[in-house]
Amino acid sequence: MSSPSPSSVASDVCMSLQDVTISYGSFEAVKNVYMDLPRGKVTAFIGPSGCGKSTVLRALNRMNDLIPGCSLKGRVIFDQHDLYDKRVDPVEVRRRIGMVFQKPNPFPKSIYENIAFGARINGYRGDMDELVERSLRKAAVWDECKDKLKESGFSLSGGQQQRLCIARAIATEPEVILMDEPCSALDPISTLKIEETMHELKRSYTIMIVTHNMQQAVRVADMTAFFNAEAVEGGTGKVGYLVEFNETENIFNSPSQQSTLDYVSGRFG
Amino acid sequence: MSFLTPPTTSAFGERLTLHYDPGLKRNRFNQIANAIAAFFAALAVVPLFLVLIYVLIQGGRLISLQLLTQLPPAPGLTGGGIGNAILGTIIVTLIAAMIAIPVGVGGGVYLSEYARNGWFSRFVRFGNDVLAGVPSIICGVFVYSLIVATRIFFDQSYSAMAGGIALSVLMLPTVIKTTYEGLLLVPQEMRMGAYGVGASRFVTITRIALPAAFTPIATGVVLGIARAAGETAPLIFTALFSPFWPDGVFHPIATMSVLIFNFAIMPYEAQNELAWAASFVLVIMILGANLLARWISHATRS
Amino acid sequence: MAAQRYRSLKAVNPSLNAVAETRAEIRWNVHADRHQTRMRSAPSSDAFTLRRRPPQEKLIDIGFRQLTLLLAASVGIVLIGIFLTVFSGAKEAMATFGLKFLTTSAWDPVNEQYGALIAIYGTLVTAVLSLLIAVPIGLGTAIFITEDLLPRRLREVIGLLVELLAAIPSVVLGLWAIFVMEPAIRPFLSLLHRTLGWTPFFATAPQGPGTAPAILILVVMVLPIITAISRDALNQVPIELRQGAYGVGTTRWGAIFNVILPAAVSSIMGGVMLSLGRAMGETMAVTMIIGNSLNFSVSLLAPGNTIASMLANQFGEADGIQVSALMYAAVVLMILTFVVNVMAQWIVRRLSLRY
Repeated sequence: MSSPSPSSVASDVCMSLQDVTISYGSFEAVKNVYMDLPRGKVTAFIGPSGCGKSTVLRALNRMNDLIPGCSLKGRVIFDQHDLYDKRVDPVEVRRRIGMVFQKPNPFPKSIYENIAFGARINGYRGDMDELVERSLRKAAVWDECKDKLKESGFSLSGGQQQRLCIARAIATEPEVILMDEPCSALDPISTLKIEETMHELKRSYTIMIVTHNMQQAVRVADMTAFFNAEAVEGGTGKVGYLVEFNETENIFNSPSQQSTLDYVSGRFG
Repeated sequence: MSFLTPPTTSAFGERLTLHYDPGLKRNRFNQIANAIAAFFAALAVVPLFLVLIYVLIQGGRLISLQLLTQLPPAPGLTGGGIGNAILGTIIVTLIAAMIAIPVGVGGGVYLSEYARNGWFSRFVRFGNDVLAGVPSIICGVFVYSLIVATRIFFDQSYSAMAGGIALSVLMLPTVIKTTYEGLLLVPQEMRMGAYGVGASRFVTITRIALPAAFTPIATGVVLGIARAAGETAPLIFTALFSPFWPDGVFHPIATMSVLIFNFAIMPYEAQNELAWAASFVLVIMILGANLLARWISHATRS
Repeated sequence: MAAQRYRSLKAVNPSLNAVAETRAEIRWNVHADRHQTRMRSAPSSDAFTLRRRPPQEKLIDIGFRQLTLLLAASVGIVLIGIFLTVFSGAKEAMATFGLKFLTTSAWDPVNEQYGALIAIYGTLVTAVLSLLIAVPIGLGTAIFITEDLLPRRLREVIGLLVELLAAIPSVVLGLWAIFVMEPAIRPFLSLLHRTLGWTPFFATAPQGPGTAPAILILVVMVLPIITAISRDALNQVPIELRQGAYGVGTTRWGAIFNVILPAAVSSIMGGVMLSLGRAMGETMAVTMIIGNSLNFSVSLLAPGNTIASMLANQFGEADGIQVSALMYAAVVLMILTFVVNVMAQWIVRRLSLRY
């Protein structure tokens, strides 16, 4: 069902999913995922609605713990640990694997405090002003913010808010940044800016991004995973599964699965 | 049928002009119903005006520095003031707030942030509604039996502490409910943002969720305090009354509400007047708190 | 290879030229990046000292959860405490007087004979009659300030005034009732007595404190509650429902009676039940104006008594079995208000599923 990961990246694996099945209550949202996510690259998760790509992404830093009834079978290996081992603290996981959400969600605090919040709880000991500036610069939103650091995060436009949220995520210097459809609530110009930001971030972080927008996957991702969903006998809903995971150009130009080809050429989804 | 040449009568036999006809049965009925609703609204507002006018005139004309700072006179004598009762109301209400706010906010946090709609949280929410409906005099009976009759505090029976605890029982459901409902209004995405940068639940709740819900919680708490400050029934046999200045929190204490009750039913003019004066001070304080609550919720909303 | 890749990618998106340049540049940097990544994950160069959570932080997290759990449980503890206290206090009187306590009207501390009929009757009569008066007025007011009969500002002012009326302490209303309301309405009550004196309800001449003034002051007290709850209920009726009614050509009151009120009826009924509970438990204003009579009288113009006012008057000075008898009365009051409040919640939950 799922294709093995390409050997070219196996040497430097950041996260590895081994037979991961995620359920909401008794309903299986996504089933039997095997994946080796490479370090220092951008990996895009694409697929039709309800295929479980966001669920898989949220499983990578245990965000699903916060959804009542959500459970995971299988192993998610990161830094030689199984993230779902009983001894692992999900809070520590999230300190090393940051996240940017679908809708911009700045805290009801000043722009400065939005950035400093995460750094403080991570015990940052350095120069806070410098960190705030560096993070905002990296997220390409410094110019818009530098004169109103004391103003509320809500005073920014939607695209700026999202870049503020990216700055907030990188201020804690995580090893991995997860992005759950970061541009879906934004206009095309803001989207372009976020994508430029992502190109900058690739230099220092491993990024995984869920996107509905195939062109976005082509523009930003080195690797692409295509998820699909199909109805199962006796089940109430569709169960998602990983169809194909390969370098982006292979997924879009010479996919090995027919359903991938159908999807990337716009025949369904 | 053609819409270009409208028929002059409909199938229901009515005239079909579009002019308003006050003689129609439905329109007459409307007029009468409007009038009745207006009359009822007037009836509802009139008592407020009458009460306010009397309290402001009867009580306001007596207000002086002496009245606000002196002790009440012995029965039969004139002069004096309600200074000890004003101070006592503040002390007892503060004790109540210091108990009810932490307990209530904590309980509300549990219900909204931790509870997973199991039997326990349903029981607590149900119990909270029941507790809100328990008559205030029963709170007084409860605290009397628990604290006053058992002389639990340094062998003291009636005390400001007992009164404050009785009022806190009364405030508790309000604080829990407003905290719970205020936190429910905080969007889940905001909490996710905090978890996403590695915040623990404790940090997420205390640094993100509670500050975001500050306005509704503060509004509810201020209203709860205002309501408690005016309560009398739970105080009559817990805080009792005292003609003297407050003497620590483990002795009986005067409060404005009990003063009004005691002095209103005394057959002395001077005491009756002090009751009006205390009403004036109490009403001004409570209306002030209500307007403050309103201001909090307006100022931060915009 | 990269060139070939981008050429073919244009099949997906022909406008990728700008991005392609950036990509080439980034490819070029890949080695440096990897090096940097490794450097950062080494703990020695980490400026973030709390990447690993210290045990005390975890302890705070768990401790805070347990603390809030305990605080939430305090509601249940207090509630059970109230029930236990009052029940255990009432046990002696329950054993002595049994259910006869509910149906006899003797209240005789000298001979230690107690029956709560006067107080129970008074509690029910004052509460029910005050609601009979307050519900139509409150509902009418709520309709008046939710439907577009008035300019918006005026409606808001009336709503504010009614809410402020709810904030006035009951003891102040009691004071007002003694010195202002009761003298003012006495001529009307006398008129009632003269014209309707042949019925048992108005058989006695009004002479100051009595059940009728107590009912009126209760009306003043529950009116804001009913108005506020009805107003909220009416405001929550979906606008589509209103538009639907007006769309088929009904008049304002046609819409109100046929569509809006039926849609809001569950919340309004719930509010009415809550007010009933409040009216039964209301103490101060009633105790100041009802006369606290120990003699049974059906007449509304005669002094009466309620359980709450009996408690307020006697509990502080009672001893012996009188305390227990008062506790027994308190049990009755608690059960009454409990039943009414639970019914209120039940009504709201049951009927609110309809639209």
